[in-house]
Parts: sequence; structure tokens; C-alpha cells
Amino acid sequence: MTFTSPTDARVQQHIAAHRERPGALLPLLHALQDDFGFIPESALAPIAGALSQTVAEVAGVVSFYHHFRRTPPGDAVLQLCRAEACQAAGARALEAHVKQRLGVDYHQTSADGAVTLEPVYCLGNCACGPSVRIGDRVYGRVSPERADQLLDDLQTQVVEVRG
Amino acid sequence: MMSGKAMTRIYVPSETTALSLGADEIASDISAVLASLEQPPELVRNGSRGLFWLEPMIEVETGAGRIAYGPVTPEDLPGLLEAGLLEGAQDHPLCLGPTEEIPYLAQQQRLTFSRIGVADPLSLSAYEAGGGFAGLRRAVALSPQAIVQQVTESGLRGRGGAAFPTGIKWQTVLDAGAGQKYIVCNADEGDSGTFADRLVMECDPYLLIEGMVIAGLAVGATEGYIYLRSEYPLALHRLNAAIERAVEAGYLGADVCGSGRAFALEVRLGAGAYICGEETALLDSLEGKRGMVRVKPPLPAIEGFLGRPTVVNNVLSLAAVPYILERGPEAYAACGQGRSRGTLTAQLAGNVERGGLVELAFGVTLRQLIEDFGGGTLSGRPLKAVQVGGPLGAYLPESLWDTPLDYEAFAEVGAMLGHGGVVLFDDSVDMGEQARFAMEFCAVESCGKCTPCRIGSTRGVEVIDRIRAGESPEANLELLEDLCTTMIDGSLCAMGGMTPFPVQSVTRHFADDLAPGAARRD
Ligand SMILES: Cc1cc2nc3c(=O)[nH]c(=O)nc-3n(C[C@H](O)[C@H](O)[C@H](O)COP(=O)(O)O)c2cc1C
Ligand code: SF4
Ligand code: FES
Repeated sequence: MTFTSPTDARVQQHIAAHRERPGALLPLLHALQDDFGFIPESALAPIAGALSQTVAEVAGVVSFYHHFRRTPPGDAVLQLCRAEACQAAGARALEAHVKQRLGVDYHQTSADGAVTLEPVYCLGNCACGPSVRIGDRVYGRVSPERADQLLDDLQTQVVEVRG
Repeated sequence: MMSGKAMTRIYVPSETTALSLGADEIASDISAVLASLEQPPELVRNGSRGLFWLEPMIEVETGAGRIAYGPVTPEDLPGLLEAGLLEGAQDHPLCLGPTEEIPYLAQQQRLTFSRIGVADPLSLSAYEAGGGFAGLRRAVALSPQAIVQQVTESGLRGRGGAAFPTGIKWQTVLDAGAGQKYIVCNADEGDSGTFADRLVMECDPYLLIEGMVIAGLAVGATEGYIYLRSEYPLALHRLNAAIERAVEAGYLGADVCGSGRAFALEVRLGAGAYICGEETALLDSLEGKRGMVRVKPPLPAIEGFLGRPTVVNNVLSLAAVPYILERGPEAYAACGQGRSRGTLTAQLAGNVERGGLVELAFGVTLRQLIEDFGGGTLSGRPLKAVQVGGPLGAYLPESLWDTPLDYEAFAEVGAMLGHGGVVLFDDSVDMGEQARFAMEFCAVESCGKCTPCRIGSTRGVEVIDRIRAGESPEANLELLEDLCTTMIDGSLCAMGGMTPFPVQSVTRHFADDLAPGAARRD
């Protein structure tokens, strides 16, 4: 995944594109996170100004929603489904395996910067769990071995890009 | 056996579960093969039939109808081709025979899902050919009151969980006078074990659009929003593409089907908050705020989005409407039993041999569903518990599996059908862990407005941990029971008010698993 570095000008572009819509804040935050990978602190004041809200109000909305990140993620975000149907199909073992392999807990990024691990509560793939999502792709029946393959791909990509 | 006519089309689903199991890889392998043929059949990316254990399921159109194969892996393809896949040959072990005759599908009563997986989801001509927009055309010729009347007479009750009569809700909004009104589709589908809304949106998006336009005509609303969970990227893409085409074709926009009436539709994304499935929290979220549950009254039907009268309906409620308008309310009400009319869309998930979507008239028992359709556990181990109705639903032991699937019968045994999710657990499950998770989930997802929900759930996790660690288990079990009562009595919405149900179902039916040391058995 490639994200853009946040700049004031770019933040302003997004604000201009969304500010007139009813209930503009969520679509605007989505646009920022899709572009930058997270919601930069520096964007809060200009958003608040444009939408006639306080910075605290905007920050309160950002922190309310699990989807929005306040810090930059790794090169890829792996969301692992923790919900009941996936638990029934082995998600707890998968979760332990992935955490151990990456050396991280949820909301953390592996030391090589390749993968940020996040929990998710259902991807709608509940008949074929355990499920994970990487970018906009969902993977089903993910065994620990299959997770290793997926992680190998993500982690070698980093070496290629950076090497 | 060779069929007379040459095959004209080959179908490979493009739907989240099929894709999660490699459907794209299969499609690209097949198109490479087709490229080398002189008169290649057309490769169609259809939706899924919802027979998920057979995905990726390829279908081949022959003179004798569509023949299915599945589950297909890229490794199976060469063998399948050699065995005559492109001619619809039926002697390969992965051949399932004619699609419509697969028992899992043939034994269902698909009203809402009649078109699911049949064609390219974005093909307007296929939707129309399958009877699509016939309900809307009828609605255009009716008065708003007559449309509402038909929905009321059908007996349709909301499919989002609360089972409130849809016609009564629409009547309230219709009666709310003139001025701006809204139709909001609740596509937050947060319950684990559910995917029926997603299937509609990914595989038959015009059905939802049609239902929403009819709702708009019925109550006098000119704008609609689909509040879609951010966990469904493919549905977002499909809905946006479908809306664009529906506008071009005149089904949406300033002049719906030449009626002179307008209806505009927009998709808005949620942001990973379970509570935003609750209708008032959803409306706050749609307004760009934190998703906090509002005190009712006022009902959204009176003061909803931006303070205006608003219909909030689940995807499946809205998707049931075109059938009712097309075939008449009696046809819909003819299915079902008691006060549960029409069809129930059950979704079989978790540790299940044959997971997928099962649309049936209300009234079959849970056991018929999990055994006849589900085929028991995928692991082959004994089935131990079934959670019905999502994370706020009770875990049911075998003694309750003969309960008929209808709203009232489930309420009688302290359970709920909710959105129809049915999650199977085999005997390796640690039910103490499941009780703990119910509390943990509530702590993570609470909107924070009421203390019993916000603080009680965190305390609940701690108390369950202490019970499991063997710290004064009896006193702590009593404390847990008190906590549950406080949450049930002191919560504004079902998040805090029903989280105790799965917990209490564990203390009542699976008490052994909560005993000290149970966690370390095995
Ligand atoms: C915690 C909570 C979560 C809910 N989640 C959903 C959901 O994801 N989808 C849904 O349609 N209804 C959900 N509901 C029910 C809605 O509040 C509301 O009843 C429904 O949208 C009304 O539409 P219907 O009458 O068509 O079912 C939820 C309710 C609660 C209390
Ligand atoms: S019960 Fe929980 S989720 Fe519902 S309103 Fe109260 S705090 Fe919010
Ligand atoms: S529970 Fe994991 S995808 Fe639904």
C-alpha cells in the first residue's frame, strides 16, 4: 500500500472537497485516512475551523471510531477477525500465531515496518473463517500456515522496496 | 454425458467469500484458457449463490441448464478442463450437477434472494430480465398510502433485529407531514455470523436500490443514505457502481421512472463501531458525530436524520419490499407462521460443515437448520453450542435446538433470532472464554453513555477472570449475576441490556466451563 505524506495543502484539498456535504466529518476523515494512512494531528485544527467545531470535538470523533488511526501504520495493515464465528473456526490460535510471528500486539507495527496488526469484529466472511483482511482483500480459512505465506509476501515486499 | 448445444457462458463468482477462497485466481486461469479458443464462451463474473462451502463454485451454461462445480482450486482446473468442464461434462468428482438441483439450494424458499448469484450483479438488463424493477413500476402507479398499505398487509417485520413492523414505521413517517424526509438503510451488519446484507449489496445491488426508492415514494422522501460498514469494501464499490447506472437508466434521480418524483441515493461509510448499527447512534454517525445512542422518544420516524422524519430500515427489510409490491402482500404473507410472516434469512457460520445462506419460511426448527442444511460441525467433532442472533444472542445447548425459528418462539426461551446469524461451536470450545468475550466486546464497543454498560462490562471481564482463576468462585458468580441484572435494568440500549444474555446462557447451560480450572483443562 502506498500512502501520501500529509501536507497542509493536501489536507485543505480534502476539506474543500467535503465541507459542504451534510455530515461532512466522517467522509472527510475517511478521505484523509485513505490518502495518508492515518489522521494527522495537524489536520484537526483546519478541519475544526472549516466545520465550525472545536478541535476537541473533532478529536473526540476521531478517537470514537476504531477505524481511524492517529499514527502512521506500517506498509500494510493486517486486520484479523476476532469475532465469534471466526473464534469457532480457530481464530484464537491464529491470533496467537500472528502476534508471535510479528512480535507485536494489536495496534502495533512489526519491527521491520512491514505490517500493522489490527483487530476487526467481523468481515462478513463468517462461513469460511478464520478471516483476515489486507488492504481491500479478504482471505478465508486462514490457517497459521496460510498466514505465514501471506506475511512472507508482505515482509519480503518491504525488503525489495527498501533494499 | 454431452449436452446437445454448445456451452455459451462460464460463471466464476466475484463476491467476498468466493474471492477470499481464490475465485480471482481461477477466473484468470480460465480466461487464459479461453483466450486460446476459437469461439470462446463468455466468462461472466456473477455473484455467489450463498453456498459458501462450495466456493469457489464455477457454473457452466449448457443446453440443459447450468451445471455447477465446486469447491474449485486452481490446482483442480487442469483436471476439470480435461474432463470436459467447458462442455458441462458431469463425471468429474467436483461436479455438483445442475445448480438448481443442489439440495441445499433446491430446499430453500428464495423470495428476497431469488436472483442472488445468478448474473453479473451490475447488469441492469439481467436484473430487469429477472423481474427487477417490476415492484417499483407498480409502486409508481400507486398512492403513497397504498404502498404503505401493501407493506403493512404483508406482515413484514424489520430484519435488523428488533422485528418492528415495517408498515407501521412507514406510516408514521408518511403521516409526519410535508417537508424533507429521509430513507436510511442500515447496512452496518455488525453481528458476527451474518453476511446476508453483504450478499444483497454485492450480488444484487439493484434490489436494495429498488426497495429504497419504493420506500421514498411511499413516505414522500427524496433522499436516501446507505450507511455501510467500512469492513465491506467490495459492497461499497458495487453499490456506488450500481447507483451510477441506476441514475443513468432513470431509476434514480430527478424523475424516477417518469413519475415526476425524485429520489437521490448516497452511500456513507461507517468507521468500525458496532454501536453504530443501533439506529439512533447510526443517525448521529451519519451526521458526522460520535455514534452515541439517543434517548427515544423522539423516534427516528419523527425526528431522525438532521432532525427530520426518517425511515431507518435494515438492508433485508428494504430488499423484501420489491417482491411484496410485485407479487402482492398476500404472496409474502403466505409464507411463515404466527406473527412471523415471509421468509427468514438464516446464515450458517462458524464451525460448520456447510456454511452459507439459507432463506426459508419461518417455522423450521434450529435443529433442522443446523443438521439438514449445516451438516453439523466442520471439524467433525460433536456440536456443543449454537449462538443465534449475533454477539448479544444466547448460546443454546442441545436441549433448545428444537425451538422453531420464529421471533416469538425464540423470545420464549430467552433467545433471539436477531439478524439470523447462526454460529456453530464444537466441543473444543471453552464456554467460559465465550462468556468473557461477550463482556470484553461490550467494553470495547459501548458508546459510553450509561455506566452499567461502560463500567459493568469491564467489571464483568474481571469477575469472570477471577471465577476462572478459582478466586472465591461462589461469591464472584453471585457478583456476576448482580452485574448482569444491573446491566439489563440500567442500560439505554440492547448493547448493555443484552450482553448479559450470552453470559447468563453460559452460567446456566454450560456452568462446568466456568468452574475454576476449566480454562486449563485438556
Ligand atoms: C447494539 C445494536 C446493534 C445493532 N446493529 C444493527 C445492524 O448492524 N444492522 C441493523 O439493521 N440493525 C441493527 N440494530 C437494530 C437497529 O437499531 C434498528 O432496529 C434497525 O435498523 C431497524 O430496521 P428494521 O426495522 O428494518 O430492522 C442494532 C441494534 C443495537 C441495539
Ligand atoms: S447500553 Fe451501552 S451502548 Fe447502549 S446507550 Fe448505554 S452505554 Fe451506549
Ligand atoms: S466472524 Fe469473522 S468474518 Fe464474521
